[in-house]
Amino acid sequence: MTEEIPTRNAYGEALVELGHKREDIVVLDADLSGSTRTGYFEEEFPDRFFQMGIAEQNMMGTAAGLATCGKIPFASTFAVFGSARVADQLRNSIAYPELNVKIAVTHAGITVGPDGATHQAIEDLSIVRGIPNLTVIVPADYAEAKAATKAAAEHQGPVYLRFGRVGTPTVFAEDDYQFEWGQVKVVEEGSDITIFATGIMLAQALAAREELLKEGIEAEVVNVHTIKPLDIAGVINSVKKTGAAVTAEEHNIYGGLGSAIAEAISEEHPVRLKRVGVEDRFGKSGEPKKLLKEYGLTAQEIITAVKEVLAR
Amino acid sequence: MSKVTELETKARTIREDILKMLTKAGSGHPGGSLSAADILAVLYFEELKVDSDNPEWEDRDRFVLSKGHAAPVLYAALAEKGFFPKEDLLKLRSLEGHLQGHPDLNKTPGVDMTTGSLGQGFSAALGMALAGKLDQKDYRVFVMLGDGELQEGQVWEGALAASHHKLDNLIGIVDNNRVQLVDRTEEIIEVEPITDKFSAFGWHVIEIEGHDLEQIRDAFSQADQITGQPVMIVANTIKGKGVSFMEDTAAWHGKAPDDEKYQEALVELE
Repeated sequence: MTEEIPTRNAYGEALVELGHKREDIVVLDADLSGSTRTGYFEEEFPDRFFQMGIAEQNMMGTAAGLATCGKIPFASTFAVFGSARVADQLRNSIAYPELNVKIAVTHAGITVGPDGATHQAIEDLSIVRGIPNLTVIVPADYAEAKAATKAAAEHQGPVYLRFGRVGTPTVFAEDDYQFEWGQVKVVEEGSDITIFATGIMLAQALAAREELLKEGIEAEVVNVHTIKPLDIAGVINSVKKTGAAVTAEEHNIYGGLGSAIAEAISEEHPVRLKRVGVEDRFGKSGEPKKLLKEYGLTAQEIITAVKEVLAR
Repeated sequence: MSKVTELETKARTIREDILKMLTKAGSGHPGGSLSAADILAVLYFEELKVDSDNPEWEDRDRFVLSKGHAAPVLYAALAEKGFFPKEDLLKLRSLEGHLQGHPDLNKTPGVDMTTGSLGQGFSAALGMALAGKLDQKDYRVFVMLGDGELQEGQVWEGALAASHHKLDNLIGIVDNNRVQLVDRTEEIIEVEPITDKFSAFGWHVIEIEGHDLEQIRDAFSQADQITGQPVMIVANTIKGKGVSFMEDTAAWHGKAPDDEKYQEALVELE
């Protein structure tokens, strides 16, 4: 049994490490510091933590102002509030002026669980992916979340980082994990089909691969931690080899990873494709694992999609 | 020449340049630019610690034009101050120039924040003030809002946060010209009493006549003495000030003069 740790914990811990290393790191939060784990940073560096209250639009603008003065602000809230609610602030105050703000959101997707649809962001990637200059990163597990946070701090320019609430199976070992900026990563090689996965769905994709192997299907699993800018060359390399693809994400199938992959391969190297994700409907209250099943975000669903694509 | 006479001359030059660039551009916002001309004259030619040879000087005072559509008044002041050549003003709003329809900090020297979507510059100014406090710098951050802009909810989020964080290095100015795009502010959504609102939000408020140079100068001097809370200067102004046919009307909020109207306007400024 692999260990399950929420990616938001990795974010909070990475912030503390960054805070020790760099004086210019500052953190803003909108009355969710316990949940987003920015509280870890607040405890360690109270002077560099700014409580902005339940006022996300002002928080994003304030972060932009801090960035003009050479700070590296991490602004945190839940994914629903850090995307749709502040889309105009992300666009006009952060992305357009290319300010060095890191928008780090937690509680992404339906695994928010019992809080229900109002708090389950299933469209945030679609919103932020349409904004120029913004890098969009969805870490798959604890090690990647930690490394991505540190990499984002080193990167000059605005970044949207997406973390989850509940425990996510660990895929990568923290000690030897290298975050390769902007690049997709072949986690397991295969020749029959490529499964492109992002965020918590990477673990599901790897589980699906194991099952498929038993039936003689060799799936390549590619981790897409950076949705934008997409590593098109890396994506095309894989589908050239396999000739078929399935995408898997904890997000609406419209506008996120599935769309990004579909756009890339239909222009560069068309292959058969099926998207696994939330099928354009809102979430609901429930236990995260039951919700994943209810919404078809499981290894079983990926297996079904793979077989469907290969049968075409 | 007394300081006030000098500032009067600067304000007139700024108004002339606003009209000239807008006429050339064929579009833009004269009303809210002219109403702010006297305040920007005092800011750029007396109050602000800025260096046109070193626009990025990290200890400079900041100025954020949150009512970004009044970009021409900022551009006129910056050009007059020497941040870029005056001839650039004639390429306003064109692909050939750097002067965007709304201020852009990456394209125009001296612009401290990209603005245009109302309410947002105010929050950015708050962030600059927080950074100043954190770094124990003594620079000040000035931010100008329109009265119509106060209808944006983000302004009140920022107003709460600035007083909570005791940002006495933040000085707001409301260019209270009482007219917005479609109609008079009181007909659209009333924002008065502005002074009471900011007082209630924990700000020190100073109300002045925004075309009286002495009152503007006094307000800035007073603002410097306030500690422990941000300051809001509510400057009562006249939209389109200085050009009679543009004054106190929504008709010239977002319309550039043609050559004939430009000549008429220039005569009035002399």
